[in-house]
Amino acid sequence: MSDKVLYVMYDDDEVLKNSAKKLVAKGVKISEVFSPFPIHGIDPIIGVKNTRLGIMAFLYGLTGLTLATIGMRYFMVVDWPMNIGGKPNFSYLENMLAFVPISFEFTVMCAAHGMAITYLLRNKTLPGMPAQNPDPRTTDDKFVMEIRLSENHNVTEAELDGMLQEIGYLELDKKEIK
Amino acid sequence: MQKEAAIREPLILGHKTYHDVTEDVCRPIEDKAPKMWYILFGIALVIGLYGVGSILYLLGTGIGVWGLNKTIGWAWDITNFVWWVGIGHAGTLISAVLLLFRQKWRMAINRSAEAMTIFAVFMAGTFPLIHMGRLWVGYWVMPIPNQFGSLWVNFNSPLLWDVFAISTYLSVSLVFWYIGLIPDFATIRDRAKKPLAKKMYGILSFGWSGRAKHWNRFELVSLVLAGLATPLVFSVHSIVSFDFATSVIPGWHTTIFPPYFVAGAVFSGFAMVQTLLLIMRKAMGLEAYIHTKHVEYMNIVIMVTGSIVGTAYITELFISWYSGVEYESYAFINRATGPYWWAYWSMMTCNVISPQLMWIRRLRRSLLFTFFISIVVNIGMWFERYVIIVTSIHRDYVPAAWSMHFPSHIDIAVYIGTIGLFFVFFLLFARYFPVLALNEVKTILKGSGQSYKESPDYHKHH
Repeated sequence: MSDKVLYVMYDDDEVLKNSAKKLVAKGVKISEVFSPFPIHGIDPIIGVKNTRLGIMAFLYGLTGLTLATIGMRYFMVVDWPMNIGGKPNFSYLENMLAFVPISFEFTVMCAAHGMAITYLLRNKTLPGMPAQNPDPRTTDDKFVMEIRLSENHNVTEAELDGMLQEIGYLELDKKEIK
Repeated sequence: MQKEAAIREPLILGHKTYHDVTEDVCRPIEDKAPKMWYILFGIALVIGLYGVGSILYLLGTGIGVWGLNKTIGWAWDITNFVWWVGIGHAGTLISAVLLLFRQKWRMAINRSAEAMTIFAVFMAGTFPLIHMGRLWVGYWVMPIPNQFGSLWVNFNSPLLWDVFAISTYLSVSLVFWYIGLIPDFATIRDRAKKPLAKKMYGILSFGWSGRAKHWNRFELVSLVLAGLATPLVFSVHSIVSFDFATSVIPGWHTTIFPPYFVAGAVFSGFAMVQTLLLIMRKAMGLEAYIHTKHVEYMNIVIMVTGSIVGTAYITELFISWYSGVEYESYAFINRATGPYWWAYWSMMTCNVISPQLMWIRRLRRSLLFTFFISIVVNIGMWFERYVIIVTSIHRDYVPAAWSMHFPSHIDIAVYIGTIGLFFVFFLLFARYFPVLALNEVKTILKGSGQSYKESPDYHKHH
């Protein structure tokens, strides 16, 4: 199915945000915004949900803590209770204080790396991936809204053009996608 | 857009637009490197290679080539290790702790400070590794199932805690740094004209496109990583201090060590940031982004942490007398009046007196004076570690074993070599990487930029 995509460019984040607000109020669905830096407050306007990566970080951290606890209990208490100055490690609890630093470090290591890897995978930003921004200037000082006609059945292309004329923009680019 | 009080000095001087920020940061990367860069790089490379050669000689011969003896089993090696780890504390403190406290002045300096951190921790890691002598069995510090019977590393030992602390700190700092670099690499990629540069920055930028959802994730990941890295900053040097504090050597067996080491680390780290940034801002024309106010903020951190360090020195001295333990008292009397008195008093002068000068506004806003003090502090902090390590062990319980430490040629060459390598890495970073978090700086342009703050609209209520 062929589709038509409108790239509406602005040179200011605040102007883009106001235009997006007006378009959404008229029932237009904005499918994507490309910007050189995070535009604060754009997410609720275009319907981007908050990320759940924070929950993932917590779960990875919990995994790290569990692994560290199981590991150190096995190495130091079960497999070979190391006898230091006549004080062998008889139970995990008795010796727990010495295990705090590594438990902490390992928790942080798993949380940080787990979250970072998940972040890169979810973004599909990995070494060698092609860039997908519609215009190279969107990583410099331009801000682009992407509107797909297939997602906006309630308005025609001509109506959309009219709205954009009224709201204003810097550049408008249209692309056919097959 | 966030507004700030009118009396706050703007963080970005001059009349910059978003595009100007991109230009100012990308131009040094896209232009040819100045002659001075090649000269500095050449010098650093020669010194670095000399260090690498010395390390290879050490590995081939054994650590007997150091000036250590039976009494002084730790000297320059661990001094240099602690010195470099300490320097490596400023970067993550700036990017993580200051992020949590919403300090926007961090944005101009966090990228290069964190690069410095990573390279400093590389250098630090070299010392315990080569101290093993047989570097090729270095992996034995990991708890790996093995054929020696039930042989595990000792999880009760602070030296093993250190292995985990340093490797976590290094890898998490590296990830934090790189996640921030990705969008900035994308900016360079989209501007690059030469095919090779476009290809390289294309790979480095991981195909970043700046989608709204990606930025949403980016901000959360930065925040959570900052939250995770903040306790890490404090834990790493605490654990380094446990290497000494959990021992029974008079002069090391001190409960004050963890906070005292952390303050000292931040103190020396900020000094190194000042040394590097004062040159970099000039050489790369970034005076509008890193200006007197930034330097002043950092000098205040140096003043505060320097005062904590000074207080710790005096507390230590007092407690050694108050404890009533003659060995403890002697360790400190010997430090101040024994054969290493010169090291002790260098440390006292550099670390206790010099940061107090920062109370004077004119001095802490003077770039030349700051540069001078930053060097003094780094020298002082090296002496601090030398004093703690060598003077505590050179006169032990048996006077017949008393000894002195004289660094060998290899001791000196390895230390100087790491400084050379550090600068090799830093110069490469300054040449090929965006030294300013340029896309982050754009977010504060309207809130803290001079031209915006001075415009009549700024203080109107919207």
